[in-house]
Amino acid sequence: MSKQENSFMGWIDERFPMTATWRAHLSEYYAPKNFNFWYYFGSLAMLVLVNQIITGIFLTMSYKPDASLAFASVEYIMRDVNFGWLIRYMHSTGASMFFVVVYLHMFRGMMYGSYRKPRELLWLIGMAIFFVLMSLAFTGYILPWGQMSYWGAQVIVSMFGAIPYIGETLSNWILGDFMLSDAALNRFFAYHVVTLPLLIIVLVFVHIIALHEVGSNNPDGIEIKANKDPKTGIPVDGIPFHPYYSVKDIVGIVAFLIVFSGIIFFIPEMGGYFLEHNNFIPANTLQTPDHIAPVWYFTPYYSMLRAVTVNFLGVDAKLWGVILMAGSVIIFCFLPWLDRSPVKSIRYKGPIFKFALALFVISFLVLGWLGTKAPTPLYTLLAQIFTVIYFAFFILMPLYSKIDKTKPEPKRVTK
Amino acid sequence: MADSNGEMNSRRRFLVLTTSVAGGIAAVAVATPFMLYMMPSERAKAAGAPVEVDISKLEPGMLLMVEWRGKVVWVLKRTQEMLENLKKLNDVLADPTSEKNQQPPYAKNETRSIKPEILVVVGVCTHLGCSPVFRKDIAPADLGPDWLGGFFCPCHGSKFDLAGRVYKNVPAPTNLIVLPHIYLSENRLLIGSESKESV
Repeated sequence: MSKQENSFMGWIDERFPMTATWRAHLSEYYAPKNFNFWYYFGSLAMLVLVNQIITGIFLTMSYKPDASLAFASVEYIMRDVNFGWLIRYMHSTGASMFFVVVYLHMFRGMMYGSYRKPRELLWLIGMAIFFVLMSLAFTGYILPWGQMSYWGAQVIVSMFGAIPYIGETLSNWILGDFMLSDAALNRFFAYHVVTLPLLIIVLVFVHIIALHEVGSNNPDGIEIKANKDPKTGIPVDGIPFHPYYSVKDIVGIVAFLIVFSGIIFFIPEMGGYFLEHNNFIPANTLQTPDHIAPVWYFTPYYSMLRAVTVNFLGVDAKLWGVILMAGSVIIFCFLPWLDRSPVKSIRYKGPIFKFALALFVISFLVLGWLGTKAPTPLYTLLAQIFTVIYFAFFILMPLYSKIDKTKPEPKRVTK
Repeated sequence: MADSNGEMNSRRRFLVLTTSVAGGIAAVAVATPFMLYMMPSERAKAAGAPVEVDISKLEPGMLLMVEWRGKVVWVLKRTQEMLENLKKLNDVLADPTSEKNQQPPYAKNETRSIKPEILVVVGVCTHLGCSPVFRKDIAPADLGPDWLGGFFCPCHGSKFDLAGRVYKNVPAPTNLIVLPHIYLSENRLLIGSESKESV
């Protein structure tokens, strides 16, 4: 495009870098040409974020953040508000699908070493998004004020009470009361609809800016910027994001929307995994349901929380549980520095890494499954074993990633 | 010139430093009301009045649930057999003699109560705040043959005996909390207070 001083775009560009921004981030942002299936989930996460924001705005129009009115107002949305059921199921299904796509997005990063230099900060920003996402899911699940909302929140807030010395004051500060009550519901609503959405939007923006600074990784884990066309300065293995990947992402979006609508219209509760049965009972402050479990996306961490049953090193089992649970998420932040392999991608890594990653995925899934079950001695033992495997994947990584037999990386990206 | 430049630089450094410190103090001062805004309000603080309970109709082996400060409080009248069973459990309990400060001094005894049969505890698990289930059945299938009656937390599997004492090797760290309480008369129990005047 030449300079268009007399055109409308020219007028804009003299006042705002519209064309320059379009080029830098879309039409002249060069992404590796070998993206595969795993590269859909970043754009899908953005799609779900937009879905959550739009449906969320409409839900606030009919929802009442009041302990005595909240449950009934959700039922009102479901029964009496025009298409209220659809908007709410889009929001509740969106919450679970957000975690599906984000977990797959993270797994992609782990397979292809997308957290490695120079993308360490990109990975950390992504982790910050993940923390905000978890907070959003937690505060959102409280809002219907059903039995699971209430007792789930009770357990999570009690975790802060396990912190020595400041625990009790801290939990009063979080709750705005001496127990979980209307005050907490009201403020969790404020976090869920104002604070956290603002934060996640800013962080997603920063995540993309950071991505476009360092450039996308790819399934081969090699830097396309290392091999540029001497004349144009464009990476020889790069293709412009728009139209190539914008169109590819639309294919992913269509496929995703088919699955998404299928869930919304046919199985919105997902058999109690997306919306738990006990949450269709209004909160009863005097009675815990016989069996409580968090929503599926938190169950792996929840398993680790209750896996510790003995005090050791002078620390309570309760506090250990909380430390392990928090640690199991925070430890992802250290991946860029734990991986000492000379290659990034699983394609060129050796058998030990492949085995370790497979074992990690299995332990994540088993812990997730155990977290949905009531604790028995056998399940607790299994949770303990798989908690050790989960952490071993990270803690032993500097060792096994170094001694592993790797294959040489190619100079150019492969298919 | 070098000298005056140096002086300028040190003055500038001093000004930047003092301005930053003053700005930092101001930021903390402004943040304070926002932080304190989130502490329990005066209304929430005032809601902690003691509760009076009539226990004349409480049969042995029966559990009464009372709400106090939004929490469930259990008043359990134990049978003679239940009291006998308490003595058999010392080996499996984490704190059988109630050494940890989870009860008023007058309840630091074998039954953790004023009257041996009447137990007054907060029905909230000391692990993560769920409300355990009252399981007075002896040796049920799910809790094993050694179970002599007690409270079982469905959330994370903590176990307590019928004096609210925690078992070993469960996630809960301490015994259930025995609330301050006092008998106003034979069958009138005041929960949440230790003096008869506050009624």
